[in-house]
Amino acid sequence: MLVLITYDVNTETPAGQKRLRKVAKVCVNYGQRVQNSVFECIMDAALCCTVKHQLEKIINPEKDSLRFYYLGDHYKTKVEHMGAKPSFDVTEPLIL
Amino acid sequence: MKILGNTLYVTSQDAYLALDGENVVIQREESETRRIPLHNLDGIVTFGYTGASPALMGACAERGVVLTFLTMHGRFLARVSGTEQGNVLLRKTQYRFSDDEAQSAGIARGFITGKLFNSRWIVERAARDYPLRLDKEKLSGVSASLADAIRSLPCAETLEDIRGIEGKAATQYFSVLDDMILQQKNDFFFRSRNRRPPMDNVNAMIFFVYTLLAHDTASALETVGLDPYVGFLHRDRPGRLSLALDLMEEFRSVLADRFVLTLINTKQVNGGGFIQKENGAVLMDDDTRKTILTAWQKKKQEQITHPMLGEKMEWGLVPYSQALLLARYLRGDMDVYPPFLWK
Repeated sequence: MLVLITYDVNTETPAGQKRLRKVAKVCVNYGQRVQNSVFECIMDAALCCTVKHQLEKIINPEKDSLRFYYLGDHYKTKVEHMGAKPSFDVTEPLIL
Repeated sequence: MKILGNTLYVTSQDAYLALDGENVVIQREESETRRIPLHNLDGIVTFGYTGASPALMGACAERGVVLTFLTMHGRFLARVSGTEQGNVLLRKTQYRFSDDEAQSAGIARGFITGKLFNSRWIVERAARDYPLRLDKEKLSGVSASLADAIRSLPCAETLEDIRGIEGKAATQYFSVLDDMILQQKNDFFFRSRNRRPPMDNVNAMIFFVYTLLAHDTASALETVGLDPYVGFLHRDRPGRLSLALDLMEEFRSVLADRFVLTLINTKQVNGGGFIQKENGAVLMDDDTRKTILTAWQKKKQEQITHPMLGEKMEWGLVPYSQALLLARYLRGDMDVYPPFLWK
């Protein structure tokens, strides 16, 4: 399924900047960065739990927020892109 | 059931594959062109002398992503695979079966039954779909002799007998392959099978697609814990993926040959995409190779219903499901190995 992960990390303090970097790193590991703090991850429910747990450990729940959007298996009709930075689909043929 | 992961094909020779976190990163001229999470991949296939970092090889081995290196023309060079999966008891059973001629013949008969059945289906289907354009008598003659061959298989006791039946049937089948090419007859014709090197366009494509299929079949076998190097019909030879070649017999016609025919008949490839060398060897250019790879990936994602399991799956998972059935037979959970009979 496609899971959209977005986050808002408060970067007023150095600790916050550190959290931001850590959150970004985890997201990069499992998905494609489509906008600055928006990631599209194609993964199964089990992997999703793991990622969620990893992210939960990093953030400060008082200051930061995380959102997960579950778009299911038939996500292709649900996503539309306009403008710069076109993304690619990891389930399409990958020939480089 | 397993989820069909994607395969990454790297055809540009100046690319370098590196590992970053959980991603494989493709670098070209020191800059990153693409990063793909490893969990989305089942395999990575590289063409030409593309480099890969040792860290990536390690990560691939750990996560069961098969990393294969091929030459520019699709000949196998090397593969990186981690520790054996599955359990040792299954593998030891496989070795014992492989050493036992009678047992081997039993399994080989299954593979060849599948092969002949599927080949016959293709001939029958061509005769049905194009009754006016094709020589129907020739096709039904071939179909009948394939049916005869299938009927005579249960009496074949030894591997030698099975090979004899298979050889004769294959000659029959290949004798009508040229007839089934309906378009671009000047550029694409099939006289006989040849390889190393392939001497005409059709053979070049068939050879290339067989290599892709062998890669997929071998990794399917590894996933269920079988040793792809120890075969039943193909005997042991250093470096030969005997069991993968065995299992592939069932899919050659239905997955590979028909795929090649479709590419030609729908004009997805054309004669301009092939280069003939001085020694007669035919090579494909990069664009043609890319077209074939793209179509192959699309083909693997097509949904079918497995004729025996009755389960919906992608074409790409068929080798895996057959490997699973073979493992079940070796474990003694089934009385016979059921080949993949496509209808």
